Amino acid sequence: MNVPLDPALAAAEMPTPIVIVGHVDHGKSTLIGRLLHDTDNLLAGKLDAARLSSEKRGLGIEWSFLLDSLQAERDQGVTIDATRLPFTLDGRGFVIVDAPGHRQFLRNMITGAAGASAAVLVVDVTEGVRDQTRRHAMLLRLIGVAEVIVVLNKADLLGFDRARIDAVAAHLTALLAPLDITPRAVIPVSARHGDNIAARSSHLAWHTGPTLIEALAALPRPLPAVSGPLRLSVQDVYRQGERRFVVGRIESGRLAVGDTVAIGAAGHRATITAIAGWPTPPAQSAGAGQSVALELAPEVVVARGDLLYHPSAAPLRARRLATRIFWLRQEPLRLGESFQLRLATAEYKVRVSAIERVVRIDDLSAEAGTEVPPEGFADITLTAAEEVLFDPFRPEGGGRGVLVDGHQHIVGGAPILGVAAGREHVFPLDAAVSHTARAAAKGYRGAVFWLTGLPGAGKSTLARQAEQRLFADGIDAVVLDGDTLRTGLNADLGFSPREREENVRRTAEVARLMAEAGLVVIVALISPQAAMRAEARRVGGDLFHEIHIAADVATCEARDPKGLYAKARAGTLPGFTGIDGSYEAPAAPDLRLDTGRLSVGVAAEALIAFIAEAIAPKDTAAADGTAVDNGAAALARL
Amino acid sequence: MIPDMTDLDHLESQSIFILREAYHRLKPLAMLWSLGKDSNVCVWLARKAFLGQVPFPVMHVDTGKKFPEMYAFRERYAKEWGLDLIIGTCPPVEEIDPSLPPAARSAARKTAGLATLIERHRLAGVIAGIRRDEQATRAKERVFSPRGASHRWDVRNQPPEFWDQFVTPIEDGAHVRVHPLLAWREVDIWRYIARENIPVVDLYFSRDGKRYRSLGDQDITSPVASEAGSVEEIIAELYATREPERAGRAMDHESEDAFERLRVAGYL
Repeated sequence: MNVPLDPALAAAEMPTPIVIVGHVDHGKSTLIGRLLHDTDNLLAGKLDAARLSSEKRGLGIEWSFLLDSLQAERDQGVTIDATRLPFTLDGRGFVIVDAPGHRQFLRNMITGAAGASAAVLVVDVTEGVRDQTRRHAMLLRLIGVAEVIVVLNKADLLGFDRARIDAVAAHLTALLAPLDITPRAVIPVSARHGDNIAARSSHLAWHTGPTLIEALAALPRPLPAVSGPLRLSVQDVYRQGERRFVVGRIESGRLAVGDTVAIGAAGHRATITAIAGWPTPPAQSAGAGQSVALELAPEVVVARGDLLYHPSAAPLRARRLATRIFWLRQEPLRLGESFQLRLATAEYKVRVSAIERVVRIDDLSAEAGTEVPPEGFADITLTAAEEVLFDPFRPEGGGRGVLVDGHQHIVGGAPILGVAAGREHVFPLDAAVSHTARAAAKGYRGAVFWLTGLPGAGKSTLARQAEQRLFADGIDAVVLDGDTLRTGLNADLGFSPREREENVRRTAEVARLMAEAGLVVIVALISPQAAMRAEARRVGGDLFHEIHIAADVATCEARDPKGLYAKARAGTLPGFTGIDGSYEAPAAPDLRLDTGRLSVGVAAEALIAFIAEAIAPKDTAAADGTAVDNGAAALARL
Repeated sequence: MIPDMTDLDHLESQSIFILREAYHRLKPLAMLWSLGKDSNVCVWLARKAFLGQVPFPVMHVDTGKKFPEMYAFRERYAKEWGLDLIIGTCPPVEEIDPSLPPAARSAARKTAGLATLIERHRLAGVIAGIRRDEQATRAKERVFSPRGASHRWDVRNQPPEFWDQFVTPIEDGAHVRVHPLLAWREVDIWRYIARENIPVVDLYFSRDGKRYRSLGDQDITSPVASEAGSVEEIIAELYATREPERAGRAMDHESEDAFERLRVAGYL
């Protein structure tokens, strides 16, 4: 046989997915059946089979039977679940998604519509706008279908009367405007008789706009999201021998070998060293839409749900999220309920902390409410147990939150609009007594001295010695010790990377509060990651001083004051810093004390001298009062 | 510079995403391998997703009535591709619901064989290479399609599925059918086979003016008239034809609801 030069194998574009929505019985399935028939897109036997099924039920040709393939659908004359059909128009590929219009099957409508890049909203002109017309219009907005074509169906039943059809059109345009939807076309048709579907209707000569197929052909092609910032939500980490592959799909942007990426909330940095391929050779770069397997160096901790991004284009982060939800459970949503929020591959525990506005279905206006009804829409605030990394929702992607209940059922969509306004109602008060005034009164400044280092390096020993000496000399010094905090404030935290970060964050916040109250705070905490300490420095601001208690692993292990190295070597303490957990030594600490070389006494003296220097009141404070002498005397004694 | 993704690149990438989600969420997991073109593509995509080695078993539910060429293909590629192959058997037709039409009743043996495998291996997930464009009830499927303890497809009450979030029910004895190829069309499968050079059983190629377009049991599958003797010729033929793919599968055409009944009971 004669084979033409392969259009088949040539590069081709993805078909444009179009969802057909609207109120039940407004003629969606009929419209699609007619469209497929009039554009010659039906497979052999399909029309005959539909005719047979129609006759069996005592009906004339029922176009919808071309799509409604389930027995229950044909018997009841209603679409239950969405069907997808490939469809070609002048060589351009489309996929037509037939979505059910019955309220009971809203979840199926959403399933069908969520992947679409355009929608045809079908309205029966004899009935006008109905509940599901409004609900579907709202959903198009919330799931991000930006392109909408309005079809005014059953024009024949109004005798193609222009005035009456125009009245429905005006009503619809008014409905869509507040949703930021401007229809690309408003087309009067009769689906049953084929008017203005593929062929221009002589009954509707007054209509100067496009026919349905002209409007479809004019739809823009969906664009890949390569121009956005890099977002890759990690699906998994695979090991093959010594190699470790971080796998996931690039949601937007692009990446290349050699790029530095930040990972997750902690923001650890790593470099992409390879983009693996099988059976193809490794790639040098990849873009939005591609599923990739990356090798990173150094081997930082990466887990499912972590977001990879370029440090120069980080996502937003917040614990309180403003969302506009569509609610799919059969019972109302109430304040205080807890869910899992899924965002790409990340999962967060969230609570409904406020119901701001609930949408009224009869006119799509929003009003205050205490619960969200089944199949309802509302603006709610979700509060997460930890910081959520996100981009605000846009039709092309980002912010696609989904709510999952304890039974692992999807109960709603929660497009994230931004950081919840809640913080506007939190008014941090400036202290009535300023830090400077306190320093002036006491003769020294409160401050945070953050001792980081391997277990056994001598952090606690040095911190206690400094505390004793300072206290003896009249300076209020206090030690915050990691182990001690874990028995109280941080008793709820374990040792996962996220919990370790939270441990550091809380310790840093408490240390800052104490320092602001005028205390000299000495923190003894391994805090192995540079990013953790950067966060502590951010919290502590100019009160913060980083001190590296340096000693090599062998020295620390020989000391092993708590017997922890022995346990780690025996394998009973996985992730122990220094053995199988990494320690990132500070590159430029404010002070470094090498306890492998210095005796305890010498190191303690050096620490105390550094602290004394740092807490001495600045010149501006000295002008302030007499008490300065007191403190100056205390410092002089050191 | 990144070249634009073609439609096949998009389909491949989405299928790999689905396979990786299934592997993360469903344990234990297995993939069905019917030896047909779609399931060969499915195995190929799994090898890509997991960088060469499929990390879960591949199951052939053997009715004992497949073509000899299919068994030879199975033995060769299970070894060549390093697959962890599990072969399941099917009960005799006498044990199957007699109210089904004859061909459907014969096909339903596979449902019973599959159910036995799922129970024996306590599978939480079963990957199957079905496509929406094959058959009208398959067009209504979910990517992650939950099945209760009875394995029934509750077609009237499917869960919502959007933004690539898939449900994983936790009921005892339940499992999820995972469908990574739902969005592929028949011609996409063949274009991908050509692009990736994936082997297929020779029965798909024309011999004496006929070829098999869809492969099932010998007694209920017939070849269609065709001169297509190569993958490229098959692609050209598919662009021209109006005949549906499963025209040669007897069980689809016995009565209006035959295929729906098979699927509701757990058929693929």
